[in-house]
Formats: sequence, C-alpha cells, structure tokens
Amino acid sequence: MASGIKDKVAIIGMGCSRFGERWDCGTEQLVTEAFVEALKDAGIGKKQIGAAWYGSALDSVNVGNSAIPLSTALRLEGIPVSRVENMCATGTEALRGAVYAVAAGAVDIALAIGAEKLKDTGYGGLPVPSKGTLNNLWIPYGSAPAGFAQLASGYRAKYGISREDLKKAMAHVSWKSHQNGAKNPKAHLRKAVTMETILAAPLIAEPLGIFDCCGVSDGAACAIVTTPEIARALGKRGELVTVKALQLSASAGREMGTDQWDGSYVPNTRMAAAAAYREAGIRNPRKELSALEVHDCFSITELVTMEDLGVSADGQAWRDVLEGVFDGEGEIPCQIDGGLKCFGHPVGASGLRMVYEHYLQLTGRAGSRQLKNPQLGLSHNLGGVPYNGVCAISIVGLESR
Amino acid sequence: MPRAVIAAAHAWSFPSLKSLAKGERSMCSWDEDVITMAVEAGRDCLQGSQGAIGSVSLASTTAPYDDLNNSVFVSSALQLSETVSGRDLAGSTRVGLTSVIDACLASGTGDRLVIASERRVAKPGSALEMQYGCGAAALTIGVGDDLIAGFLGSESVSVPFFDHFRKADREFDYIWEERWIRDEGVSKLVPRAINALMSSLQLSSERIAWFGLAGGPNGSDKLVAKLLEIAPERVLPDLQAQVGETGAAHSPLLLISALERAKPGDIIVIASFAQGCEVLAFEMLREAPNAGRRGLSGSIANRIEESAYLKLLSFDGHVQLDWGMRTEVDNKTAMTQLYRSSDQILGFVGGRCSACSAVQFPRLPSCVNCGEIDRQIPYPLAGESARIATYTADWLQYSPSPPLYMGLVQFDCGARVLMEIVDVGAGALAVGTALTMAFRIKERDRLRGYDRYFWKAAPAMPASV
Repeated sequence: MASGIKDKVAIIGMGCSRFGERWDCGTEQLVTEAFVEALKDAGIGKKQIGAAWYGSALDSVNVGNSAIPLSTALRLEGIPVSRVENMCATGTEALRGAVYAVAAGAVDIALAIGAEKLKDTGYGGLPVPSKGTLNNLWIPYGSAPAGFAQLASGYRAKYGISREDLKKAMAHVSWKSHQNGAKNPKAHLRKAVTMETILAAPLIAEPLGIFDCCGVSDGAACAIVTTPEIARALGKRGELVTVKALQLSASAGREMGTDQWDGSYVPNTRMAAAAAYREAGIRNPRKELSALEVHDCFSITELVTMEDLGVSADGQAWRDVLEGVFDGEGEIPCQIDGGLKCFGHPVGASGLRMVYEHYLQLTGRAGSRQLKNPQLGLSHNLGGVPYNGVCAISIVGLESR
Repeated sequence: MPRAVIAAAHAWSFPSLKSLAKGERSMCSWDEDVITMAVEAGRDCLQGSQGAIGSVSLASTTAPYDDLNNSVFVSSALQLSETVSGRDLAGSTRVGLTSVIDACLASGTGDRLVIASERRVAKPGSALEMQYGCGAAALTIGVGDDLIAGFLGSESVSVPFFDHFRKADREFDYIWEERWIRDEGVSKLVPRAINALMSSLQLSSERIAWFGLAGGPNGSDKLVAKLLEIAPERVLPDLQAQVGETGAAHSPLLLISALERAKPGDIIVIASFAQGCEVLAFEMLREAPNAGRRGLSGSIANRIEESAYLKLLSFDGHVQLDWGMRTEVDNKTAMTQLYRSSDQILGFVGGRCSACSAVQFPRLPSCVNCGEIDRQIPYPLAGESARIATYTADWLQYSPSPPLYMGLVQFDCGARVLMEIVDVGAGALAVGTALTMAFRIKERDRLRGYDRYFWKAAPAMPASV
C-alpha cells in the first residue's frame, strides 16, 4: 500500500524571477534569476544538487527541447538533468520529479525549475498549437480562451445563470486578482482595475473579455528540495515547509468524446483534488486550507475550480465569488499573489510560482500581502483545455500540520 | 449577396453596374470550393443510397487541383465504394451537361453519380462579378423501373465561337462583346442544336414543357424561346434572381429545377451554350419524390444573406487583409496519416465499440468509454443528428471569417466531437442548438498548395424547408 508523499520531502529554498514582458531577458537569464535566489535561500552550493528537473512547455518559442538548455544555462555538469512537459502543468511536473527523486532516496537534494519565454512570439496570447499529424486533420485549434470559454456555456446551461450574472462574477474574480497583484513587486500586472473597466472590455472568446484572461508572461520559478532530516542537518531552523500532496490527472477522452460531461466543471480537477486531499489527510478543504493558488488562466476557470476543489458547493461558486469569499481579506484567499491573472503565466514556471507564494506565506516572508497564521496552501494547474487536459495539484504546509 | 451591395462598392468607378444591381448572387465562404459543394450536392442527391453507385463524375472549370482526381475527395467524403470509377471532367462550362449526356449514354453496371460544381470567380468591378454565382448539382443516372425521368436524346454543335475563355494560368475569364454573343452565337447556334434534337426525336417545340438555357448573356433563354416559339411560361427561371450563373453547374441546376416542377409526361429540354451548344431532352415519368431532399429550392431557401462586399473580395483572394502573425503556421498535411485515416477524416466515420456500444470519434485502438481494445466497428457520423453541448466565439484565433465558432458537438447517437461551427448567420448559438454536418476546408497549406478538408457543424436548416 502506497504511503503517499506527505512530509517525506521539505522545501529548503525557492526562487522566482520577476514575471512580465521581460524584453531584457532570455530564458537563460530568467532561470538564473530564479536559481540564484533559491540557492541563496537554501544556503547550499550548486555542487550539492544531485539531480534537476526542468519544465518548459512551448519549446518552439523558447530555447528548444531537451534538458540541455537548462544544464547549459546553469552549468549543471555531471548530474542527471531532465526536461518535463505537461502543458500548463509543467511546473508542477518538474516539482514532482524532484520531490519523488528525493523521496525515493535516489538523491539527497534535487532542483525543480520551470521557465517560459513567451514574449519572443511577436504577438499576444499563446503560440498557435499543433498536436500531431492526426489531430491536425480534424481538431479545430481555437485559442486557449476559446477552450475555457466553453465552461461558461456549460455552467450557465446547467445552473440557469444569466449571462449578465456570470459576467459579473467572472469580473469580480479578475478584479480581486488585480487588487492582489498590485501588492506584488514581482507581478506582471500591478495595477488595480475597476469592475466597470473589466465588464466593458472587448470580447476575446465569448463571453470572456480581455480582463477575463491572464497575462502572458516571461518568467522562471525554482525549488530546491530535500528530506526533512537533511534539511535540519543543513542547519534549517524552525518549522520546515513540507510537501503534503502531489497529484495529477490527465484526460483520457471521456469529456471530449462522450456525453458524460456537461461542460460545467473540470473532471480532472475533481479527480486530482480527491487524491490530493486523501494524500494530505484533508477532510474539509474550505476550513483546512489557508490559501489557494489556482490556475486562473481565465476568470471562468477560477470560478468553476472553486467547485471542483470542493471549497464552494456546485452551482454556488459564482455567489461565493460575489460575496468576496476568495478576496484578499476573505474567508479563504485565492491568488493572494495576483495569480496567473496578474502575477503572470510563463507556462512552464506557473506551478512552481504558486508553490513559491505558499512558501513565502508559510515562512512569513510575503510582505504586505502576508496572511495570518497560514498552515496549508494548495496549488492547482490546468494544462490544455477543460475537456482535454491535465490537472496537477500540489499541497504544501508546515511540517507539524 | 445582394447585387446592390456589389454595385454600391463600385459606384465611384463603375456607376453603370447599378443597372445590373437586381436580385442576389450566391458566393462561397472561404472554406467552400468545388469539392465541398459537390459533396453537399451529392449527399442531398443520394440520401444514403451510396451502395448503388458504380461511378462518379465531377464536372467543373474551377476544380482546385490540376493533377489530382478531384472526384476522389468527393467519393471519399460521400463514402462511396472504393471500387467506383471516378473521373473529373473539365474544359468548358458546357461540360456539366456533357457529363449528364455521357452518363445517360454509358453502359456498365451501377448507377452513375453525376456532379457539376463551380466556384466562379470574376474580376472585381466587372459585370461578370455581378452575374456569376457558385453552386453544385448532383443527379443519379441509371436504368430501371423507378426512374423519375427518361433520357430521350441529345445533340451537340461544336464551333470556334469563343465568347469567353480563361487560359490555364489565368485567374479570370476574358469575355467578348455581348451583342455579338447574342446575335451571332446564342440566336443561331442554340436553335440549331435544339432544332436538330427535336427533329431527331420527331417532336415539335410545342411539346417542350420546360426549357432552360445555360450560358450567354442574361435573357438568352427568353430570346431562344421566342425564336423557337416556346411559350414564356415554359422557360425555367434562369436563377439570376438568387443564384447567378454557375458555369458548368448551371445546366444541371436547370435540369434539377425542371425535375422539381415537372409533371409526368412533360418534356424537359436543357441546353448549354459554350463553343457551340449541347442540348438534351428528358421525359418526366413520375413526380420526383422529395425524400427529405433539400434540392435546389431548399438550398435557395436556406440562404444566408451576406452584405459585406469585402468578404467576397477576401474569400475570393482579391484582397489580402492583415490577419497577423497567427496565420504564420505551417499547415503541412502528412499524406501518410491522411491515407491511413482517410475514412475518418474525409468520410467522418468514427467507431462504435462492440463491447459497450459507445459511438466515438476519432476511432482509436481502445474505446473512449470502456477502454476495450480492438473493438471498434466503423460508424458514419456525417448524417447523424447533433446538438451543441458547449460553444464559444473565438475572436483571438485566426479564422478567415471571424469569429471562429467552435464547441463540443453532441450527437444523438452518443458520439461527441469538438468541431468548428459554420454558417451561423444572424442566428444565435446556444447549448442545445440543433446541428447538421458539412464537408468543408479545414485549413489551407499555402506553402505547398494543398487544402485540408474535414467536417464542420452548422445550425440545422429550419424545419419548414
């Protein structure tokens, strides 16, 4: 019987580059920025790292495939370096690789780093996808917002919510993240916006307007992990931040290929969340989780994710959102760092950026956005589209929790 | 598109076009061409009776490929047997009628599916731009006791009367003076052919119940009818009011128009004027069964009015809009992949699991529902009814006709497919909107000169049609 990952691995150092339109930086500079911060935080030397996992999703506009761009950028010689890719869940995949290697006893200290350089495309949004010779022949490649906008049609149809009510709730999701992002010096978008501005924005994919979409950013984030014992041997004092759960679910075609999905939620999130709560021993996520960092690629995604994670009842997230449950001062803050919406979304880095925020909160280093007494933080990544994608969930928390 | 829209766009330069600005003409969307229209006409004609077809012909002067049997796309999309004989016919706008005559005179087994399809393109600002239209017609021709109409005979006149022409490397037709075409061509060559046919059939022109003429300037049909003493009410509508002149497809469309209105015993005479004249005659044997067909009248009723002249220019390639960097993708098609999945891609044939009965697309080794391996039985989806499960209108992704409507299409048989939704028109989409399937161009590979075809969903036609 598998015992799960809970408390087997501690995070001893993290780093995160400033996110945004980093016209000044290539991927090499971005990973270096995150790596230097993490090394300093961990208080170790580069030679102490036993293996590295590099996450990057869109190699056509990045530095190409394989792990070599990372090992070259950071000059990681003579150790195993792997590249992982699982669309927008890539960052969490990198963390999973490093954490599992430590838990397995294969290495003492492992590095997980994710990076994406998106602003070398020359246009807004993500690069146009290509998904293999068969899919290219039949799948309509809509934009990412078009994939997620369909959640709004399914959600509205299921719960009989007017377009206006849902638009307002979605706008509140983005309004709240702009409020939070304004307080984050590393965030891409650091400006609060009004509800009126959000609601009046031009449509990108019906019913999503421009403010319903997250920033497309350059950036990198990084974690150094080891066992709690080695962490203490390295001189780490006080409560360690440990990994409580790492779970993943990938579509097998059921949502997109059968009538067993109504378009109002994301099945992968529900499956990954159930497994993660089991692994972490969480029974009441709304009460037990201190903060959420979810994959708010689009406002509607965050809204239905509140139901998929079990922090809102089905059909009620739009009301909880409007009541401010997930605001910075709310019952369970969501995207306290600004989220994908405002911190930004360098695809391969996002999963690690979320963990970075929880790590700062749990170690009391979140500055003006510091939460009171946080215990457990959940991160949630969605790759692909709601009906054909992957969901990765990681939960980190204080070791004693 | 109302012709007044075209005339208004040219009012600054060619105010005289206003005199032609009556009625409307048909046009192709960016994703329609000779092949896609041929498939639509073929589906409407066959109504599921694919099994009887032994050969298929595609007549057109505007088929997309010079070296590639265009009819193979059509027979694959229609899921005809791989043993059908398929051929393209080209070279003149009269080839549509020639292909009908050839099929009537041919021997051999199986019914002959005869399709004529034309995407006529004219130079912006020309009178032809006002007169031309796009369309396709399909007929099945064979022998037996259940014929709708019986072929009586045909006649040809072939002379070097070149009223218009288009060399292989030219984009547009070149046309001679209308008065010469009318006086020296239509007035003399068409009656000559028709008189020869009526004489060989030993019928007087009074026996002609329905007469149609394709080619020549507007009004040529009425002129010939007058010369041959065919009563005006026996002249079929020339389709200028709502369709326009559809080249090779026009004479077969006139024949269908006659079949839709003729009574048993009626004699139908259809002529096609081009480098002389081709003419044929049918006798109506029994009223054409509707059998759920859209037909010519249904297709016209299913019109979507388009009032943006720039769309016509853009769809026909006359103006290059700045679509942005998102168009800079490589749409290379792996011919290996296309061939091994051709029934799925061109025929829209999915699978039905013999273990759990789930219908699905695409057809992969293991079932989407129960996971059983190698239990997929081919299951055609093109004719299945479906509804919208989820949808959006995408303004970000490149589409030659934005927004890109797309969503999950839920078939009543259980299959679900992510599809592009087209022909939305002014109507609004909603979860539950009824859909029908259409064979269309998915993407163009401009680098190599190849178009990908696949199926798209369109709001179902109103029940009243």
